[in-house]
Amino acid sequence: MFDRMSDGFNNVFRKLSGRAEISEANVREAMEEVETALLEADVHYDVAKKFCKDVVQDALGKEVTKSLKPGQEMIGIVNDRLIELLGGQPGEDGSEPKGIMKVAPGPTVVMMCGLQGSGKTTTCGKLAAHLKKQGRSVMLCAADLQRPAAVEQLGIVASQAHEKMPGNAPVSFYSEPDKCDEYGKAVGVAVKVCQNALKKAREQDVDVLILDTAGRLHVNDELMGELRQVNTAIQPHQIFLVVDAMTGQDAVESAKAFHSQLEIDGVILSKFDSDTRGGAALSVKSITGAPIRFIGTGETLGDMEVFAPDRIASRILGMGDMVSLVEKAQQEVSEEEAIRLQEKMAKGEMTMDDFLKQLKTLRRMGPMKQLLGMLPGVGQAMKNIEFDEKELDRVEAMIGSMTKDEREKPKIIDNSRKRRIAKGFGGDQSRVGQIVKQFGMVSQMSKQMANLGAGGKVSAVKQLAAGGGMEGMMPGLSGLPGMSARGSTKSGSGGKKKFKQRKKRR
Amino acid sequence: MALFKSVIGKLKSGLAKTRESFGGIVSLLSGRKLDEQLIEEIEARLIRADVGVSAARTLCTGIKDAYRKGDMTKGEDALEYLKREIKAMWPEEDRKLHTAESGPTVILVTGVNGAGKTTSIAKICKRFKDDNKQVLLGACDTFRAGAVRQLEIWSERLGVDIVKGHEGSDPAAVAYDACSAGLARGADVIILDTAGRLQTQAGLMDQLTKIRRVVEKQIPSAPHEVILVLDATAGQNALRQAEGFAEAAGVTSIFLAKLDGTARGGMVVAIREQTNLPVKLIGVGETPDDVEPFDPERFVEAMFEESANVG
Repeated sequence: MFDRMSDGFNNVFRKLSGRAEISEANVREAMEEVETALLEADVHYDVAKKFCKDVVQDALGKEVTKSLKPGQEMIGIVNDRLIELLGGQPGEDGSEPKGIMKVAPGPTVVMMCGLQGSGKTTTCGKLAAHLKKQGRSVMLCAADLQRPAAVEQLGIVASQAHEKMPGNAPVSFYSEPDKCDEYGKAVGVAVKVCQNALKKAREQDVDVLILDTAGRLHVNDELMGELRQVNTAIQPHQIFLVVDAMTGQDAVESAKAFHSQLEIDGVILSKFDSDTRGGAALSVKSITGAPIRFIGTGETLGDMEVFAPDRIASRILGMGDMVSLVEKAQQEVSEEEAIRLQEKMAKGEMTMDDFLKQLKTLRRMGPMKQLLGMLPGVGQAMKNIEFDEKELDRVEAMIGSMTKDEREKPKIIDNSRKRRIAKGFGGDQSRVGQIVKQFGMVSQMSKQMANLGAGGKVSAVKQLAAGGGMEGMMPGLSGLPGMSARGSTKSGSGGKKKFKQRKKRR
Repeated sequence: MALFKSVIGKLKSGLAKTRESFGGIVSLLSGRKLDEQLIEEIEARLIRADVGVSAARTLCTGIKDAYRKGDMTKGEDALEYLKREIKAMWPEEDRKLHTAESGPTVILVTGVNGAGKTTSIAKICKRFKDDNKQVLLGACDTFRAGAVRQLEIWSERLGVDIVKGHEGSDPAAVAYDACSAGLARGADVIILDTAGRLQTQAGLMDQLTKIRRVVEKQIPSAPHEVILVLDATAGQNALRQAEGFAEAAGVTSIFLAKLDGTARGGMVVAIREQTNLPVKLIGVGETPDDVEPFDPERFVEAMFEESANVG
């Protein structure tokens, strides 16, 4: 999603690291390019200017120009400044990255607001799913009486969250659909609905009440007045502003206006899975002071992440986001399993069954392209490559058509067996040959990788991505769950200990 | 004359926010002597108004060159230059919606999530309805919860027919049904609503291509218009949207929605500079009547209009 920006930064780093001598002029010139890249990515004009000025200043202050590895130093400086821009290191201001606070007696009331089409209703559902996963009961209240069918939409979203999303808590829904006709004719209809919802939520001992308000323009006094009324009457504990990540220079203007009227507690960036631009993400915090709390990353209700500035900074710089990837992996793979695999890989004893299992695990974590994008350097290499998930279906079907013996010792697969397997999965015989061959290469490589330091792994993965194309890439990733046991690439070593620490922190 | 006045008034009020920003340029330049710093400030304001880095730089390079040659000395000169140059980006061209020579006209409406497709459809629908055309809506957004119902409510309010499928059903099948119903009932215009999708979602973009193919099969000259609805608050991402949708669905024109309030319309300049897609309609408010044909002359004038009562 940050391709353009990443390109801009990477150009600069490349240029600087190639230079024998670095001068103030060089740095300035390089940062001018970054400025253009930022502006083209819809970063707010003032933010982009200031950011580049700060980086130049830091660079000169730290005497990067005299450093032996100016490219590396610059990456460090830019990374720090980016994190600051995105909201700072978690816990830096003494607080953990916060979830939705708990109040006693409940419910915690959360109000959502934003422009039309920013994605409020969907985000309400995602937030409900997020809370449900933590075992907190949620009630969604339809306070958008303006947009046709908005009430129905929230109702459907609520029941989807209740029925289909994981977690042990109910998601209920409150609405007064007949009030839609009254809306616009009488004052305070929406306020009344919210009050009734609050009463109901108290009766039912609901943990969190989420109010979905109508979309409005921040220049619309009447509708902003309504929001203020709800605010005064209900006094929500937290107010979130939903901002479309694709918004241009105007993103901060509307955020500022909402903030000045309502004192929002945070911003949720929706449609973060779009592409190439993430300007709003970089601008909102520094201009409004309101932190970004969550990002919406896909079409389904499970697609929401807690916003972590340091990880996003890594993604922007094309350094990948191993921490998020590892966390995702930890949700799917137990530590014992990971260690067992790691050992198997080290000995070169991986079987087709292991491979299939890993493949399935990986796919549960999300779409392959999204996962690959989190690997350092890979996002850059494969930004123009389309990933065909169906190809993975076919590989799964193919392995499913092998006998137990064949899966354990793929070497025994001869032509006659290949023919049978091809028939079994309804594909081509040569394809079977390819996969078997690739599997051989991969188990060889994963043996090497398992015995490599982390840095070596990264470059091995990069090589795969650059040269191997997608087909080679896919089995190459089979090492991933194993990798998770070794901690992030940044740590470089420490293996199992790191893993445990991280687990505790979560 | 009265009618014309009300139209202008609506456009102006719709562009109130736009004028604030561009109007800032007007007061910035009025009565000032040009210098390098001022020209840089012009560039900054243009970028802040979303006209895009490259368009802003091109415009300001023009001013700078003229200034250095001594051809341009006053702020007002720069202002005139900007207006003239931006207007010149739109030479005379056909900005009417294409219609079928005979049989029903099919309009396919596309866009990213939350761009304002359904509301824009209501507006397009109203225009045809006012023209005494028989309109049929096809609710092909079978994905988003409540989308079909939203369009249905509009169809009831506007008194037009609607063909819908179940939530989760194949949108191409709904498009097919809508086209056959349109043919059977002798509809003049068939407007197909589609689910919002990000241009990065290859699978969903393929689905658009499929809908298009299905429509073509039933009515060979269709779709006569493929409209991309763009949110005027979108930034440079809108360009990527235009590229993505043009490739997948063969977009023929742009409906610029939500130009009231927050938007600055600078987008239009960026889009024009980098794609060849014509903006045909603009949405300037929340009711079905709040739609205007895009007129660059008037649009640019309104953009730079200085007004005392800008709120």
